[in-house]
Amino acid sequence: MTAAELGRGLRSGRFSSAEVTRHFLERIDHSNARLNAFVTVVPERAMASARRADATIARGEGGPLTGVPLAHKDIFCTDGVLTSCGSRMLSNFVAPYDATVVERLAAAGMVMLGKTNMDEFAMGSSNETSYFGPVRNPWDGTRVPGGSSGGSAAAVAARIAPVATGTDTGGSIRQPAALTGLTGLKPTYGRVSRYGMVAFASSLDQGGVLAQSVEDAALVLAAMAGYDARDSTSVDVPVPDYVAGLGQSMRGLRIGVIREFFGEGLEEDTGLAVRAALDGYRAMGATLVELSLPNLPLSVPTYYVVAPAECSSNLSRFDGVRFGHRCREPRDLTDLYKRSRGEGFGAEVKRRIMTGTYVLSAGYYDAYYLKAQKVRSLINADFRRAFAEVDVLMGPTTPTPAFAIGAKVDDPITMYLNDIYTIGANLAGLPAISVPCGLVEGLPVGLQLIGPHFSEDRLLAVAHAWQRESDWHRRVPPLFA
Amino acid sequence: MTLTRREVEDIAHLARLQITEQELPVYAGNLSRILEFVEQLSAAGTEGIEPMAHPLPNQVQPLRDDAVTETDHRDRYQGNAPVVEAGLYLVPKVIE
Repeated sequence: MTAAELGRGLRSGRFSSAEVTRHFLERIDHSNARLNAFVTVVPERAMASARRADATIARGEGGPLTGVPLAHKDIFCTDGVLTSCGSRMLSNFVAPYDATVVERLAAAGMVMLGKTNMDEFAMGSSNETSYFGPVRNPWDGTRVPGGSSGGSAAAVAARIAPVATGTDTGGSIRQPAALTGLTGLKPTYGRVSRYGMVAFASSLDQGGVLAQSVEDAALVLAAMAGYDARDSTSVDVPVPDYVAGLGQSMRGLRIGVIREFFGEGLEEDTGLAVRAALDGYRAMGATLVELSLPNLPLSVPTYYVVAPAECSSNLSRFDGVRFGHRCREPRDLTDLYKRSRGEGFGAEVKRRIMTGTYVLSAGYYDAYYLKAQKVRSLINADFRRAFAEVDVLMGPTTPTPAFAIGAKVDDPITMYLNDIYTIGANLAGLPAISVPCGLVEGLPVGLQLIGPHFSEDRLLAVAHAWQRESDWHRRVPPLFA
Repeated sequence: MTLTRREVEDIAHLARLQITEQELPVYAGNLSRILEFVEQLSAAGTEGIEPMAHPLPNQVQPLRDDAVTETDHRDRYQGNAPVVEAGLYLVPKVIE
């Protein structure tokens, strides 16, 4: 059942939030050892929230999500609950406050089941960099669920949570959503508050949703979005009623098909599934226009300068002094810093901190960092030109379906290229969504839609139109049906 | 771009990361690959292009009134600190 369906059932009295919450806690209990999707489960706290939600509903109050359970990616601070960020560094960190996203979804009456596994500090595309071990794809346990929001993706795909939060810096919501058959929404930069969301690359990070349907993504986005004075990059733009806007007709819609997304590297059957979805839109009355965004192929190298640079700065806060891991018996302050960080961070995080340190260092700043920021401008201008011609851009979310656990861990570049189609939207701050559009040898693949800034309402409506015409989003992994 | 072990040691020191002897050649290899990969940016023509630091146009740093809005949570926050004493964070001796 989707979050929207659960909400309707709760309000009509078909079942209580306590019953629904107990159901999901039992499913987690039964399946989490196989999936490794949750780092922390909070059964008592969840049952207490569920009973409060039931009381709210009994008074005739609450909204569409009151009493509906959810899982939070372990990057969001949760007051009194371990917030590990998938790292040994924060494996003892009990957040002393709630992230705005957590606070708002709790205020909407949602019941937190627990915190989901993730790539360490959200750096990864396979969930293999987590200190707590890899997450398994519910469609095939030998494969990755994608990352970095892999625990959230696996949890929702296996229906051990109805919906989950995620964050997306270079594709970390859309890529795992595509690889697990889910709907994954990355909103416009600034649409959702980053307050209490552990920072990776501050000009790219954005919180969002992994859901079973576009309707669920719309409901949860409506509850979590909006201006927050505690995040200085939060934007004060009104939040429209995303659900009410879902019924729009596709007649006259202009869709830009990104030529660069259908070239070398795209696995054939994945491409065919995406093409079939595009044909579906044409049948609904939309016009397809093939477009070129010539600088888009540079988005991966641009990202691997900008994101490590920002991460090397953001992660300097982990010093073994105020919170997080501290080495034993430091000889002096430098030793304290070096060993605490050397022991607390995993290999991928260290690689990125060092890459960032290098590209920002004297003598290299102009050649790498400034150059990447200029190329970022070019990529942004490509998108701007495209949106002067079309309403929405489409293409695949990933080049291939889910790959095997261990297949790409030895080569960072091969791993980085998983995000070749998703990074562009982060660099330009654009909203983007992935929706299931087929199965390739039993593994899900996704169609990606990218829109202009703050066009989530239309983006959701366009994605929803596909889900009225197709049933890929209703497919459940056979082992978890 | 090929980084030497010595260069990796320097970067690791700047980043305050302890890297073991055995890890050094591995990181040297990885980081060289990454730098080689991002090298392709140098071919892009960016003459007269403004660098982009932020994804949204016209963003300004908002200012708030200079008023106290936070209450004191010191004890709570220090609950996460590895070593504290009398409300102070302890570090190894810095000044001889």
